[in-house]
Amino acid sequence: MSAAHPVMNPAADIGIERSPGLWSLAWRRLMRDRVAVASLIVVVAFLLLAVASMFGWVAKNWNSEIAVNYAPPTLFKSLYAAATEATKGEGEKGPEVEGLAVQRQPIVNDRDPLRSILDELRAQLGQGAEGVEEIKIVDPLADVIAELKKKLGRVDGAIEDVGEDKKAPHLAFGADKWGRSVWDKVVKGTETSLLVGFAAAILATVIGTLLGAVAGYFGGKTDDFLNWFYSIFNSIPYILLVLAIAAVLQKKGVLTVVLILGLTGWTSIFRVVRAEYMKHKARDYVRAANAIGATHMRRMFTHIFPNISHVVLVQLSLYVVIFIKSEVILSYLGFGVGVDTVSWGSMLNEAQNELILGYWWQLAAATLFMAVLVTAFSLFTDALRDALDPKLK
Amino acid sequence: MSKPLLSVRDLRVKFRIDRKNLFEALKGISFDVMPNETVALVGESGSGKSVAALAILGLLPKENAIIDPASVIEFGGRDLLKITPAEKRALRGSEISMIFQEPMSSLNPVFTVGYQIGEVLREHKGMTGTAAEQRAVELLREVGIPEPELRIRYYPHQMSGGQQQRVMIAMAIACEPKLLIADEPTTALDVTIQKQILDLIAELQKKHGMSVLFITHDLAVVGDIADRVVVMRHGEIREQGETRAVFANPADSYTQALLACRPVVDSRPKRLPVIDDFMAGRGHVMRSETRTRGVSESDPVVLEVKNLCKDFYAREGLFGKKTFHAVKNVSFKLRKGKTLGLVGESGSGKTTVGLTLMRLHEATSGEAWFDGKNILALSEREFLPYKKRIQIIFQNPYASLNPRMTVGQIIMEPLIVHGEGGDAQSRAKLVFELLAKVGLPEMSFYKYPHEFSGGQRQRIAIARCLTMRPDILICDESVSALDVSVQAQVLNLLQDLQDEFGLSYIFISHDLAVVKYMSDEVMVMNQGEVVEHADSDTLYASPKDPYTKKLLDSIPRGIPGAAAHA
Repeated sequence: MSAAHPVMNPAADIGIERSPGLWSLAWRRLMRDRVAVASLIVVVAFLLLAVASMFGWVAKNWNSEIAVNYAPPTLFKSLYAAATEATKGEGEKGPEVEGLAVQRQPIVNDRDPLRSILDELRAQLGQGAEGVEEIKIVDPLADVIAELKKKLGRVDGAIEDVGEDKKAPHLAFGADKWGRSVWDKVVKGTETSLLVGFAAAILATVIGTLLGAVAGYFGGKTDDFLNWFYSIFNSIPYILLVLAIAAVLQKKGVLTVVLILGLTGWTSIFRVVRAEYMKHKARDYVRAANAIGATHMRRMFTHIFPNISHVVLVQLSLYVVIFIKSEVILSYLGFGVGVDTVSWGSMLNEAQNELILGYWWQLAAATLFMAVLVTAFSLFTDALRDALDPKLK
Repeated sequence: MSKPLLSVRDLRVKFRIDRKNLFEALKGISFDVMPNETVALVGESGSGKSVAALAILGLLPKENAIIDPASVIEFGGRDLLKITPAEKRALRGSEISMIFQEPMSSLNPVFTVGYQIGEVLREHKGMTGTAAEQRAVELLREVGIPEPELRIRYYPHQMSGGQQQRVMIAMAIACEPKLLIADEPTTALDVTIQKQILDLIAELQKKHGMSVLFITHDLAVVGDIADRVVVMRHGEIREQGETRAVFANPADSYTQALLACRPVVDSRPKRLPVIDDFMAGRGHVMRSETRTRGVSESDPVVLEVKNLCKDFYAREGLFGKKTFHAVKNVSFKLRKGKTLGLVGESGSGKTTVGLTLMRLHEATSGEAWFDGKNILALSEREFLPYKKRIQIIFQNPYASLNPRMTVGQIIMEPLIVHGEGGDAQSRAKLVFELLAKVGLPEMSFYKYPHEFSGGQRQRIAIARCLTMRPDILICDESVSALDVSVQAQVLNLLQDLQDEFGLSYIFISHDLAVVKYMSDEVMVMNQGEVVEHADSDTLYASPKDPYTKKLLDSIPRGIPGAAAHA
């Protein structure tokens, strides 16, 4: 040790030129966590799918009626066939398999209360019983639906060419009521869900962080006012607030859902960020920044924000999960995206009527996708929080 | 007294840092504690002294601490490393007990102190309600808490730091242990309280005939209390022996350095020797050059403070306000190139004076004349150009640097804020110059604060202040959190900078020896008021105010041999 540098810490001497910052350290820790890597891969796969769908690379023609109504999924057909093979001896199953494969049914109002009775009757009477045709109920909305269908069909011209005969009898993931591919719908739904989830999460995070930072940093009257605002906001039951905003905004669509969720969801991050700012504003490093003449803005965003950004990131990640689920609920309740687009929630809404008829594939697809994404994202959020644990002070 | 009560043999402890790396905290240490004896374990941070104490109590974290199987800790004929956890638990609190550094965080805030003392008795002595309570009262009386019958109903926050530490001691001696381990029990306390606590421990040790293992970084304290001393560094024992013998004639160069690098009140060397000086054999020479201090009327005044007052308000009831006078009518003149020392115990208002002058708090009334302006009356915008000329170095170097910025960014920031220093290139050049000035390697530029030790961080904070070429530097307990050897280095650095740039310092500290070493003038504060203000030599030689006398009497003077090295 030379006299010129009498205090050099030998431990600090050896080391790399540019030290890794918080984020690169957190990233390294994240990559060491197997669950985190696995869930990240799943999330990234979903994101790629959503991006691909956004650019029209996949599920572009989700709205075309490419198959017959309620075309069954063939992905499970072999399984199904194997199952019927075993029970073939009973005889009556044979025609049903055929019927399932090329089922052609008139457009019937979903809400037909007699439908199940009708089916039962038909089953009792056997195939093509004349009596059944006679009591067929005339769907009062048939015209409207037909028109609607036509309108929707115009979105992509392909549908015009697809005659009844050219429609696929079955699809890998099955088809819905209109004969639209469930796979394409669920992919398009992924796009909607992720778009809504991320956009709303970012909106809520920006609002909540800004308000929280201002309230926590300045304190006093400003804090009182914002807290008062927050309390009022929080005192209204969530669903009522959502419905009220939905009513005010009138228009249905992705943007509306993003606004609803973003405007109602900022409260939880507001509390967290406010508390962090209150804690940090009294820290010595912020006082030191004041001592060198840094402005309020500089102290708030150059100094304090990087120190709490991990909290914001974790909260943002939590929000994405929450908002994806919220969008599903909203769409399920009919306050979500409009009819011109598809989301997992609207698929579930449709599925609740189809399920009685035994058309389970739409429900299965939407549920499976949602469950996998939400689980993976939640696991990722947990891992992210662990990786960002600010132990390295 | 031939058989030792506690016998530590070849204790090796390793910590697992991550999958690959192990850190050797203790590299085979051996020492004995005889019955009825006080042994001091002395060392700076990282020396492993606390690890040794935790190993004895069996409180090392099981997940990552590895104790070498060959190590032996024998206590009363049993190897503490071999007994079962249940036996260990029975031993802790009854035969071996411990006092920690921070009494506030060691006491449970939701239980009364009486309950907490009683808990030890219920646990180990099987006492019940009233008997335990009576014993708790006795114990509180024994540790010198007034009105113990009343105080057992108190919660920890209702007591002062010194009283809390007394409660901790009462808990520790509740079962009349054979061995009391005191881990830095006075570090967090004021100097006058420190003396009382040390006296209390010494008294109890004699009365109960117990042994005390006293862990500290402060050699002066050791001299007052310990029969024998064990000096540790980097997990090894450098020297052990009778306290008097070690202090009078330290054999190891590290012990010599530790004894010499702490400023003492009787002499003032030009520079404090640091450990490297001793390793190079220069230490003794440095002690002999002395520096004279003091101010004369002809020295130009840079800052004149007149009747500075600062009140704090606490809300009371619905409309009431309770006023607390933190600083009352403080006036002083700071002269160019001189140091004004500000001493006092916690709550004396000395830190508030510094923060108010920086306008980190707004003053209630008073004036501070700097460069022809009353800086306390300026608006925020008008004050900005003056702000950079008065700078502050905070106490805790771990908290005062933004952990998310690199050292380069931290030091460059004042230049960016004030729009000075030209482009990024010339700013970076200036930063490298400053790093060299404060004795940090160039590669520090890209590192984050957490990669540095406390002393190095304080250097970074000093470098940040220097970018603005301040006239006045306020050092608010700036060396209090540092180890003695590092403290000497930082004090030397501050002294060098004063000599080079003619800086004026306001040096705030509770450590009277350090203030004596650094200051030309000293102001003693008590409860917001200045009780005495004089040239430092005059004040230390002949204190006039009774409070100053009391403060000076409390300084541990446990290093009788230190002067002999001069």
